[in-house]
Amino acid sequence: MLTPVIDEDGAPFWEYAARGELRIQACAADGCGELRFPPRPCCPHCRSFAGEWRLMSGRGRIWSYVVPHPPLLPDYAAQAPYNAVLVELADAPRIRLAGNVVAAPDAPLDSVDPARLRIGAAVRVAFTETGGVTVPRWILERG
Amino acid sequence: MLKDRTAIVGIGQTAFAKHLPESEKTLACRAVLAALDDAGIAPAEVDAFASYTMEETDEVEVAKAIGAGDVTFFSKVGYGGGGSCATVAHLAAAVATGQASVGVAWRSRKRGSGPRPWKNTAVQLPTPGQWTRPFGLLRPADEIGMLARRYMHEYGATRDHLFNVALACRNRANQNPDAIMYDRPLTREMYMTSRWISEPLCLFDNCLETDGALACVVVSAERARDCPRRPVYVHSAAQGLPAQHHGMVNYWNDDPLTGPAWTAARHLWKQADFGPADVDVAQIYDAFTPLVPLSLEGYGFCGRGEGGAFTEGGALEIGGRLPLNTGGGGLSEAYVHGFNLITEGVKQLRGTSTAQVPDARTCLVTAGEGVPTSAILLRS
Ligand SMILES: [Zn+2]
Repeated sequence: MLTPVIDEDGAPFWEYAARGELRIQACAADGCGELRFPPRPCCPHCRSFAGEWRLMSGRGRIWSYVVPHPPLLPDYAAQAPYNAVLVELADAPRIRLAGNVVAAPDAPLDSVDPARLRIGAAVRVAFTETGGVTVPRWILERG
Repeated sequence: MLKDRTAIVGIGQTAFAKHLPESEKTLACRAVLAALDDAGIAPAEVDAFASYTMEETDEVEVAKAIGAGDVTFFSKVGYGGGGSCATVAHLAAAVATGQASVGVAWRSRKRGSGPRPWKNTAVQLPTPGQWTRPFGLLRPADEIGMLARRYMHEYGATRDHLFNVALACRNRANQNPDAIMYDRPLTREMYMTSRWISEPLCLFDNCLETDGALACVVVSAERARDCPRRPVYVHSAAQGLPAQHHGMVNYWNDDPLTGPAWTAARHLWKQADFGPADVDVAQIYDAFTPLVPLSLEGYGFCGRGEGGAFTEGGALEIGGRLPLNTGGGGLSEAYVHGFNLITEGVKQLRGTSTAQVPDARTCLVTAGEGVPTSAILLRS
């Protein structure tokens, strides 16, 4: 499986994920506080370089999804067809995280029947370790 | 203003095939020399080059192989297929401002027999790949499929609408002996029963994988009058990188279904003497079928959410509201990162297309949508 190729801006996301926390970068300037994703050095609203990582509730809804079929990289082909989803966060609907809906945090990418996926379906975050990196997964609220 | 001050006076191409024995460099040289021959201009007169990324042959290699003169302008546009039309735009700007007099743009590609770019896991940029690739969004088809499903959900677009796009391109390829799919008609049943690539996209929603090369020659409007072929003027040109855009995985701005086409279109039409209703024929980048309804909206041929419905009733066929990709496009002629759309636009305005739109005077050509893009308006 591919692990995230982490850059300096994104590193805190993965560090918090390893602690089981879903945090999103936010502006720390007085009177702004806008969330931003993907992470970047300064705030596109007020141009402040002061930032913080805000804890999210971990709840969201499926904004869209695909079901990839081969040809794929071998580790993914072995689980295909699987789902890949975009989850819009309940705390920040315009921030959408790519991920996978699974039956349990450590379950494979094809552990949920794609027929059960719907745009708008409620999901909550869970975390699993893959290749030494902790990544978010998503569990259907009405499992 | 750039308007009509330069013209495309030569086009050239190699054969298109799943596998061509010659190297990309050799194919590039053949296409460039064919375009110069078509223009009636000696290679030694070339003093400008433009290409776009994912091109393996650089201008140094092309210039010394074809025997170009002293080169005073060269540019390489980013974002792969998004840069195709920008090569013509850069050459037009260089010629119009006196930085050069004879410009050559080209694309050579062995995507048919070479490796698939997404299989290379070593060169993935950390941003934004770290946010998508580990989760199995590996290929452009997966990334665009995500937007396609949302688009279908929001606006009621259907697989039949995507089929209309695939069919129009295939029908034109069936008229074009140079097209990979020349002798292979497409039916609705074939489309609806084909294998999935990334649901909701099936095999026929995806472009071809082709070996081939193409080139074109840009000179001033004055010089163009002395060339043997009918000049095709660069009427308007634009690149497009929208505010808060994120590349192909444009998932994090307010409205991911409004892509770079909208940005390029605003600038394109602002500089033009005519509007979308006056376009006789369009060559719209079709790496994936859903890019066409999105682009039809972006370039102003219909309103937001109407791109699917626009394809109904044969609108994209010859005789329809907007004949599309009349050489067969990336879906059915050849996928050479959109450069065959530029040369087909030139053929239409010369009156020499294999699927000629009667009296075509104006043509829109677009580059890859989703990535930072570019577009040109051509007129005869
Ligand atoms: Zn701010």
